[in-house]
Amino acid sequence: MAVLDAPRIVTSRIALEDSYTLARYLETGGYEGLRRALSMYPEAVAREVDEASLLGRGGAGFPAGRKWSMMRRSPVSYLVVNGDESEPATFKDHLLIERDPHQLLEGVIIAAYALQVDLAFIYVRGEFALGLERMQQAVNDAYEHGALGSGIFDSDYSLDVVIHPGAGAYICGEETALIEGLEGKRGFPRIKPPFFPAAVGLYGEPTIVNNVETMSNVPWIILNGGAAFAALGEGRSTGTRLFALAGRVKQPGVYEIEMVKNTFRDLIYDPALGGGIIGDKAIKAFIPGGVSAPWFGPDLLDLPLGQDEVADKGSMLGSGSVVVFDETSCVVRAAWRITKFFAKESCGQCTPCREGSGWIERAMYRMEHGGGRMEDLDLLLDLCDNLAPGLGWPPQQTTICVLGSSIPSSVHSAIAMFRDEFALHVREGRCPFD
Amino acid sequence: MSHLRVDLRQRAEELVALYPRARSAMLPLLHLVQEQDGYVTEAGIAEVAALTGTTTADVRGTASFYEMFHLEPVGKYVVSVCTNIACLLSGGLEMLEHASQALGCTVGETSEDGLFTLEEAECLADCDIAPCVQVNHRYVRTTTPEAFDQMVGELRTGRRDHEIPSHGTLIRVRRAGGLRVTNAEVVEQRASAKAERDERAKESA
Repeated sequence: MAVLDAPRIVTSRIALEDSYTLARYLETGGYEGLRRALSMYPEAVAREVDEASLLGRGGAGFPAGRKWSMMRRSPVSYLVVNGDESEPATFKDHLLIERDPHQLLEGVIIAAYALQVDLAFIYVRGEFALGLERMQQAVNDAYEHGALGSGIFDSDYSLDVVIHPGAGAYICGEETALIEGLEGKRGFPRIKPPFFPAAVGLYGEPTIVNNVETMSNVPWIILNGGAAFAALGEGRSTGTRLFALAGRVKQPGVYEIEMVKNTFRDLIYDPALGGGIIGDKAIKAFIPGGVSAPWFGPDLLDLPLGQDEVADKGSMLGSGSVVVFDETSCVVRAAWRITKFFAKESCGQCTPCREGSGWIERAMYRMEHGGGRMEDLDLLLDLCDNLAPGLGWPPQQTTICVLGSSIPSSVHSAIAMFRDEFALHVREGRCPFD
Repeated sequence: MSHLRVDLRQRAEELVALYPRARSAMLPLLHLVQEQDGYVTEAGIAEVAALTGTTTADVRGTASFYEMFHLEPVGKYVVSVCTNIACLLSGGLEMLEHASQALGCTVGETSEDGLFTLEEAECLADCDIAPCVQVNHRYVRTTTPEAFDQMVGELRTGRRDHEIPSHGTLIRVRRAGGLRVTNAEVVEQRASAKAERDERAKESA
């Protein structure tokens, strides 16, 4: 049975019709966390977040408090919020931006205060037209309310927040590519080292880049204390987390549940969550954390939803997106479509990614559309190996950013788990699921 | 003579002032050009280059990288149908096929009447209502062919124009208040706010 008694930290308002308005936000305890934070020393605010052991919710899972502590001291520094949610089947940040923009903004203001920056950017994915409007309205209302601008709530702290619209590029979810986009350039990830924008970021100045969900947790942490947050979940995976459930389930959606206390089976089958597979069919496989993650079979359904637990089994919780395949789903088609996505979104800087993604996509297309040969399996694995040598997890990197090494995950998983289905495609000269 | 309309030109100048460096306004400015012209025009590129202190090559090179910027004219309504993994599992390819027939154009093309351009989209982050369809980047949430056809009918008669603005319009809410303050101003405001606070503390004590 699923454990559902944890408080709703970031989704407490989303069911309310006017959840995105300032009036509703203030009625439901809004900006109280900010008032509390402004009464504390900035270092004390950062310490609470560190104590909460809040792991970044964007995909890499780096502790937010530690990231903040790495910020190089400089007279000019920036906070950038990554709202360029584009990982396929991930739709949690979209929900937070559209349904609770003030909560995100309050988190940003508190974080900016802790970091003592006076200019913050919220990079919102361009395709979120409504989200951009709600975010801009929230910023306008916050200025009017005195929660933004000079002398916030009569303190001596001043901050400006700029809403920056993206323009359609998956790669801009990578933090250094996002910074390039914010500098008005193509979204090319930057060469590492320096590894962290906290040292060299926007305009070469120290910059902290945090995810939308990470920021949205901050007001609750300040109001209730880092210890209360850390008391939820287990081990390194503290607090609650948003899981975006999609694919062949009866009730797809975004669910906020306590980390580790629940399993993938709970998420997919509990009547209060996924509600089981459409038509009560058998589950074939699932992706545990976005299309960059290796797939799991039904044997791992009872694995707890925790960062380390999933990593131990050779995949990742990543962006918190869980995609379910049932017995009617063609895994060859699925892996082909995922590769097609990567081939389109590769920024083109590094040869293994630019060329490799296209080669894999063409071989997978051939396989799915009836032109496949058995030799193609070795060819595909060889191509995957070129992108992520050894095909281990976490993958070896041959490219500037991790997009390249993420490409093999789906194809390698599909071949490793469903070699028979590839053989069937080859033998029948067509997709058996058509 | 500015290529952008007076009101958009003013917004453009505000945008440039918002960022520590002018070039940062590149993406929002290109969105403004699309808002006026429907796509990124040569005259628009020249104006963005002038506003950001870059060259037209810089602007075109940046614009061509991003999926949302069209360097050629598109229809009044750009219809995006997602076929990525979550939508694929819920009939995204079939929806794209249906859309192509209903609109009378293939992927990447514009219908003869100039009303519709069809795009195969990557994940639009609305996966619980799949397959996902956007028109001019507004979610229309039509998951069946029937609902799609009805929506297209409403578009043809202009009955959805209040919620689906013309292509390129991204943020109808204009930024208000708190334009970027200079560092000197911040320091000054902090000092005066602190003095006031100390004053209040003294009074209450």
